[in-house]
Amino acid sequence: MALRLTLKDAVQETYLFRSRAIVAGVFTALALLVLVARLYYLQVVHHTHFTTLSHNNRVAVQPIAPTRGLIYDRNGVILAENLPTYSLELVPERVDDMEQTLAAVRELIDVSESDLARFQDDLRHARRFEEIPLRFRLTDEEVARLAVNRHRLPGVEIKSRLTRNYPLGPLTAHVVGYVGRINVEELRNLEDPTNYSATNRIGKVGVEWSHETSLHGKVGFEQVETNARGRVLRVLERTAPQPGKNVQLNIDLRLQQAAEAAFAGERGALVAVEPRTGAVLALVSVPSYDTNLFVDGIDVATYRELSQSREQPLFNRALRGQYPPGSTAKPFVGLAGLELGDITPDTKLFCPGHYQLKGDERRYRDWKKEGHGWVDLNRSIVESCDVFYYDLALTLGIDRLSDFMQRFGFGHRTGIDIGGESSGLMPSRAWKRQARREAWFPGETLITGIGQGFTLTTPLQLAANTGALAVRGQRMQPQVVRAVSDPTDEQWHSVVPKPLPPVGVVHPEHWDSVIEAMRQVVHSPRGTARRIGYDAQFTIAGKTGTAQVFGIAQDAEYVEEDVAKLLRDHALFIGFAPVEEPRIAVAVIVENGGSGGAVASPVARRVMDEYLLRKEPAP
Amino acid sequence: MILDDSHHRRRGIAARLHLDGPLLFLLLLLAGVGLLVLYSADAARISSQLTRLAVAFTVMVLLAQIPPENLQRWTPWLFAAGVAMLIAVLAVGVVGKGAQRWLGFGSFRFQPSELLKLAMPMMVAWFLRDTPLPPNVRRIAGALVIIAVPTLLIAKQPDLGTSLLVASSGAFVVLFSGIPWRWLVLAGMLALPSAGVLWKFFMHDYQRQRVLTFINPESDPLGSGYHIIQSKIAIGSGGLYGKGWLNGTQSHLEFLPERHTDFIFAVFGEEFGLTGVALLLALYFLIVLRGLYIATQAQDTFPRLLAGGLVMTFFVYIFVNIGMVSGILPVVGLPLPLVSFGGTSMVTLMASFGILMSIHTHRKLLKS
Repeated sequence: MALRLTLKDAVQETYLFRSRAIVAGVFTALALLVLVARLYYLQVVHHTHFTTLSHNNRVAVQPIAPTRGLIYDRNGVILAENLPTYSLELVPERVDDMEQTLAAVRELIDVSESDLARFQDDLRHARRFEEIPLRFRLTDEEVARLAVNRHRLPGVEIKSRLTRNYPLGPLTAHVVGYVGRINVEELRNLEDPTNYSATNRIGKVGVEWSHETSLHGKVGFEQVETNARGRVLRVLERTAPQPGKNVQLNIDLRLQQAAEAAFAGERGALVAVEPRTGAVLALVSVPSYDTNLFVDGIDVATYRELSQSREQPLFNRALRGQYPPGSTAKPFVGLAGLELGDITPDTKLFCPGHYQLKGDERRYRDWKKEGHGWVDLNRSIVESCDVFYYDLALTLGIDRLSDFMQRFGFGHRTGIDIGGESSGLMPSRAWKRQARREAWFPGETLITGIGQGFTLTTPLQLAANTGALAVRGQRMQPQVVRAVSDPTDEQWHSVVPKPLPPVGVVHPEHWDSVIEAMRQVVHSPRGTARRIGYDAQFTIAGKTGTAQVFGIAQDAEYVEEDVAKLLRDHALFIGFAPVEEPRIAVAVIVENGGSGGAVASPVARRVMDEYLLRKEPAP
Repeated sequence: MILDDSHHRRRGIAARLHLDGPLLFLLLLLAGVGLLVLYSADAARISSQLTRLAVAFTVMVLLAQIPPENLQRWTPWLFAAGVAMLIAVLAVGVVGKGAQRWLGFGSFRFQPSELLKLAMPMMVAWFLRDTPLPPNVRRIAGALVIIAVPTLLIAKQPDLGTSLLVASSGAFVVLFSGIPWRWLVLAGMLALPSAGVLWKFFMHDYQRQRVLTFINPESDPLGSGYHIIQSKIAIGSGGLYGKGWLNGTQSHLEFLPERHTDFIFAVFGEEFGLTGVALLLALYFLIVLRGLYIATQAQDTFPRLLAGGLVMTFFVYIFVNIGMVSGILPVVGLPLPLVSFGGTSMVTLMASFGILMSIHTHRKLLKS
């Protein structure tokens, strides 16, 4: 016995194990038989019972789409709303003869070939009990005609749903943006796909895109009992969807309208901001397009027409258009000269109409061929003398100049809350070495001084920087959205203005010098924008600019009439008003408009008038 | 000592890779059926499931290369590491779905209880490897302690399904070691009062709720009983021949919750009927039989007990899953092997098949 405890008996153990394995096999077989018996009980004995249950008592959970939040302008005008529209849908399972039904439907209402093709395609992929849409946006008449004939069209259903609508279409397209069908990639990137289980549209650009989370809301659910044909018999339990938040914009629709009218068919962009808060009062890019075209999916021909148009209506010039600032850069460069100690307000320079670098043949011309004579900072801004800034830029050197301009925001995104902006470009030695693998040339410093060369800015950036200049250095992040409503307490929650790092200036009187000069641009008889000054009911500080579209050969003349319209200079204007208490800062660019003083400044004036002279105050 | 020449000459690719041909064939067949059902339940997950299958089969092939002697040597360390990690999970683990089951290493998440599914039968087999079988009382008591420690740790997470699975994988090894049946009867009599203790002290409210709804699912048709009612309707309406592939209305109208994971058998039952179900069960049975055959062919105590334990654990998966979906067992949340969508448990399962193949193909081939 003791021996048996310490020694292993291999043969006996193998025998023991095999008998246990056989028991395990038999046990497994019996257990599986239990399962089969259970399944026989369910699938054969009670088959009829469960079939009845499955047909007559289907309990389903259906998601309910939340209503998308509305978008208002600052005065409460609706910019984006939801309209009930009707669509025609077919359930294949319930249609007796598809061909015949389609023919009957087409007799009653218009069904285009592309609608039909998409339907046939969906038909192949969908399951037999799912609804397949045939037509969207039925008119009332079409709905009526279908309703009357419904008894002879089994399986044909009219479904009502809310469709996004932009009542002002093109006027607000570049701010509000639009929603469109969710594509595969967007679906994959959704943070919470369940929340979108009943949603088929998502914000693509503009506020619709940037504030998607607020606007969308929270999906609701409904437990319903349906019959064998999928028709809902009764609702068992319901979790209501939470509607999306309404969004109010800082945009003032009347300013948008005034600007659009003032552009009078020209191409260009205008951005107006409130300097103290960064609130974007107007953001216009013309020509524009009708955002409603995109909501149900735009057809190929229309899209091609829009995207290939030379006018580029889809291009958001205000946010993405990058233009040389031209002479509108001068107040900023002048301030750099004062602040960095290279000039004083009294520093004078003789302008002979051109400028030359030592040992360089090339003449850098002033726009005024005969020259401005003796020029100080004030005159250099009022009359927009180029030579003064050639010299100042050279004294400052590109790196100090570039550094100061970047402190203002040139070459950087403003961080506007609707996204989609370009950064512009403020060149420097290091940038050129990295981007172009070339050394910096002194001549490039000269033309940077007058906002030409590599320098690029967006209308939004110019407006924001002008605003910062108006309030003496306190930069604010441009904000399109003014407030977001809370659906639970119906209260508006204002968006807090967001200050950016200020442009620190050691001598505050330097602001005065530059701003006074800008006031004289508009209000002195020699100012380049005097035409908008003499009848203005408030004081305006401004600066005109022209941005070269193509280079002119040395010694050649730029005669506007001789140059094809598309190669003409861009006209620019920046300004703010009233000078004493700035309430609005504006940047305007008119593409190929020619002179800034003549073309761009009246657009700005009209928007300022609309804002400052309006009878009733903004709420 | 003569090498088996005839066997040597006929070595195919499978044999050279230390794989067992029949078992491999059955597993591939099962995986194919699984993909077919998953396509119907949720076609979007097919590619992801293919990746998981590839990983799982690779793990199987890799484990098949490790001779059982090595496994035997590593067993105590593996088990100790597993238990240490279980303790770590309770101390610092990541909380997911209301339970602490994961250990996070950066972005990588690891569920130590999965490791125990393998380490448990290995450890019990290791503990009984040199003992004359059937083992004496002291050995069996020792084995029970080995089983109890990780089981309680996992139950505490709380993960009742896995803890039962881990416990049974160890218990099957003890059974295969040949303990007398009368002791089993005794244990059964002890089980009832201990179930009471479990109910009172160890189960969480949601687990108790599951057992209660299991007893009478119709009492809560919109809450926890919803799963069982819907899956019974799906299976029952399938009938003898089923509604046909892709035509299960219950599953496609989204009545069936968890239809791609734990409840995928209901989709299968609805679309393929009793005929399909019987064939699927037959396939599982063949896999179990092949596994038991491999166990009986093993020449040593450790591989023999281990193989037996692993095979029966596989069977527990099948029985518990189908039992729960068809409403004869409570909903404990175990997947249907190789059919349910999911990664971790599939890798563990295929690892155990890798071990089985290793046991079978690393035998010292002696002519008896």
